[in-house]
Amino acid sequence: MRIRLEPRKAPSRLALYGAPIMAIALTMLAGMVLFTLMGFRGGAAVFEIFIEPLLEPQRWPDIAVKASPLVMIATGLAIGFRANVWNIGAEGQYIVGAVAGTGVALATYEIESAWILPLMLLASLLGGAVWAAIPAILRVRLKVSEILTSLMLTYVALQLLYYLVRGPWRDPEGYNFPQTRMFSEAQTVPNLLEGTQLHWGVPLTFLVVLITWFVMSRTLLGYQVKVVGLAPMAARLGGFSENRTVLMTMLVSGALAGLAGMIECSATFGQLTPQFPVNYGFTAIIVAFLGRLHPVGVLIGGLALATSYIGADIAQTASALPQAATGLIQAMMLFFLLGVDIFVINRIRIAPCVPRLAS
Amino acid sequence: MAEATTRLELEGITKRFGEVLANDKVSLVARKGEIKALIGENGAGKSTLVKIIYGVQQADAGEMRFEGAPVVVSSPRAARRLGIGMVFQHFSLFEPMTVLENIAIGMDQALDRRKLEREVTSILAAYALPLDIHRHVDTLSVGERQRIEIVRCLLHRPKLLIMDEPTSVLTPQEADQLFDTLRKLATEGCTILYISHKLDEIRALCESATILRSGRVVGECDPRVETQRRIAEMMIGAELANIERAPGRTPGGARLLVERLSVDTDEAFGTELEEISFAARAGEILGLAGVAGNGQKELMLALSGETAAPAGAIRLDGSAIGNLPPPARRKRGLCVLPEERNGHAAVASFSLAENTLLTARERKHLTANGVIKTSALHDYARRVIAAFKVATTSEEAPARSLSGGNLQKFVVGREILQEPLVLVVDQPTWGVDAGAAAAIRQALIDLAARGSAVILVSQDLDELLSLCDRLYVMNEGRLSRPLTVAEVSIEEIGLLMGGVHGQAEPTHTRAGDAD
Repeated sequence: MRIRLEPRKAPSRLALYGAPIMAIALTMLAGMVLFTLMGFRGGAAVFEIFIEPLLEPQRWPDIAVKASPLVMIATGLAIGFRANVWNIGAEGQYIVGAVAGTGVALATYEIESAWILPLMLLASLLGGAVWAAIPAILRVRLKVSEILTSLMLTYVALQLLYYLVRGPWRDPEGYNFPQTRMFSEAQTVPNLLEGTQLHWGVPLTFLVVLITWFVMSRTLLGYQVKVVGLAPMAARLGGFSENRTVLMTMLVSGALAGLAGMIECSATFGQLTPQFPVNYGFTAIIVAFLGRLHPVGVLIGGLALATSYIGADIAQTASALPQAATGLIQAMMLFFLLGVDIFVINRIRIAPCVPRLAS
Repeated sequence: MAEATTRLELEGITKRFGEVLANDKVSLVARKGEIKALIGENGAGKSTLVKIIYGVQQADAGEMRFEGAPVVVSSPRAARRLGIGMVFQHFSLFEPMTVLENIAIGMDQALDRRKLEREVTSILAAYALPLDIHRHVDTLSVGERQRIEIVRCLLHRPKLLIMDEPTSVLTPQEADQLFDTLRKLATEGCTILYISHKLDEIRALCESATILRSGRVVGECDPRVETQRRIAEMMIGAELANIERAPGRTPGGARLLVERLSVDTDEAFGTELEEISFAARAGEILGLAGVAGNGQKELMLALSGETAAPAGAIRLDGSAIGNLPPPARRKRGLCVLPEERNGHAAVASFSLAENTLLTARERKHLTANGVIKTSALHDYARRVIAAFKVATTSEEAPARSLSGGNLQKFVVGREILQEPLVLVVDQPTWGVDAGAAAAIRQALIDLAARGSAVILVSQDLDELLSLCDRLYVMNEGRLSRPLTVAEVSIEEIGLLMGGVHGQAEPTHTRAGDAD
């Protein structure tokens, strides 16, 4: 007997959208087993990670703030992934965006103007786009895989950040701590709701999701991205340039990652510090796939992952779960999603063995 | 004993792919030391048959006997153990590795490197095959690469060697060298099954031939004594003479003028176009015949604008469009429908409505300022579905849910309802059931009758002869002289398709020939 996977003619809609939910359910189950085996209260820990944050309204703003950069980055990445453009270096673009914005902030130190913050955001968009342009141009001109180059540039960006905060940009009044000056009020993304962490970056992310949804589903540009990803030959017949699509989607995803970096840097940290990058750029890849590369899906996926971040914090104090559990949970989510997807796209066929040579 | 001289016997081999019967009760006998040709047009079922013999595919019905004993060949490995070797048209070689490393990787059992080297060297010497076994494959010519594949087979001391269109990628000199090797193998008792559609080389090499058409054996002959005409007729179908030709139409002026169009290819198995010149006139259906892989694909890409050409090489109603991208050409009235439905002419996972956007957006104004006009999209898709009786649940159905014939009707309809001034279609009825094929052919005739020029690229001679007014034969990237369908003989077309340029020197149509 032989077990084979056979592609389905058309995967059902239910399976397609049910898969992420299935993946989360499997993650919860596996987490429960794993944590129990490790000697924790597995059931309680999983409840704390996935359910408890949703039951406490005072945690909702935290979830939104946590989800905001994830969704912003993942929305951009999902556009590229649709066109088979694999930007794995959003983390680097996130850092360079924040660096570029901080550069504007430091240059406008002690200036008060309503233009400073928009200028910082614009600089972060450009910074992220420029960082993404390097792998994009390498791919278009020299056919270098953007997967490798974008990933490697992440580490270059990290070193750039370390150099700046320890060297030229170090706060002169900061007791030699490797960090920049604090941003002034004019350089800080304003708070949205008194008494919470909620800031204007959250509605901005929501706006980005809306615009992306419109572009991807209602415009020729979105159509172009999808055709290039699904059928390169058809794209050529349609008159859509693959190179231009690669450049465009890389620049957009880089710019959005850069913007997310600046907002996070300004609203949450108030300065540039080496502690600021926390792998949102990588987690956003999981969010993009969890959301089925659809802007609205990404929004939901981002909220789900943000919940698990907040929940993991609860579980750390309540169930003494180690911090590494957060990464473990996220990795399992992607693992199970990819696993479940195999069965959404294919079906299992059990075929009898072909009779062996009979001579 | 007759048994002793028979090596391979096939009886009633049948293989079905969906609606297509690739092999229909094929029977064949090959003796020891015989060089046997398997002849047929593309799609006649030659490749399927040899894949069954070599164990790549399994027959649905029928029996195979090897050396008198019934066998079931479940895999190529089993075939090699029996003594069956095959050299495929496309090689499986690792370019950065040396010849010897490639051979070592392909062995079923790992062999000591030195022993393998000795064996390979002795085979190369025995068959006078020039090949440096320490060279890296990426520095070798196509002929040398093929020799690696041949050596791989010879290491197994094959009793039956299958060659699938081996000369399609060789220079004439390399081909001659190959023939010497094959003849030597045959004198040693190895049976050779030689697949080709090049009649001249079959006549030079083979002592018997089995001719396949539409999956069936239509004849056996000795190619050394048979005329090329007879073989060509058997290959193409003798009943062709009875095809009813379309009544004479009176074409107008040149709509599409192609002048000295040359295109280089960077694909490994691509064909370069050499100074293609022709004119398609208003109201006519112009045929381009030829065996696949002789430049049709490259010509289609150049006409659609997917590959660039000099501006003046392609003219539409007088204006130079050779350097324009596909959308600009469509806007001016040149629509091109490629052969491959899935992934080229249509996006399989998109709905039919979304698929109209691919090539109909310019002429049917399906977008406004970059925003998709959803209702216009759906209206147009519904019109195509109604006009061409496309069997589908709705215009929302994904293209992949349609049968091949229905999707083909849809994409043909998508182009025709745009009322293009020139429509170029490649194999529009390939793999399509008879009813749908008739509908598509009628639509092409009607479009030409309304004053458009239709260019029909096809390998189906029945189709070309029944639809076209004039036709060209494409061979190795060149066009033959124009043939008037009413006067042309089947023999002439067959010879031109087989690459015999003898009595038909390729000539270039000037603009003046167009009327």
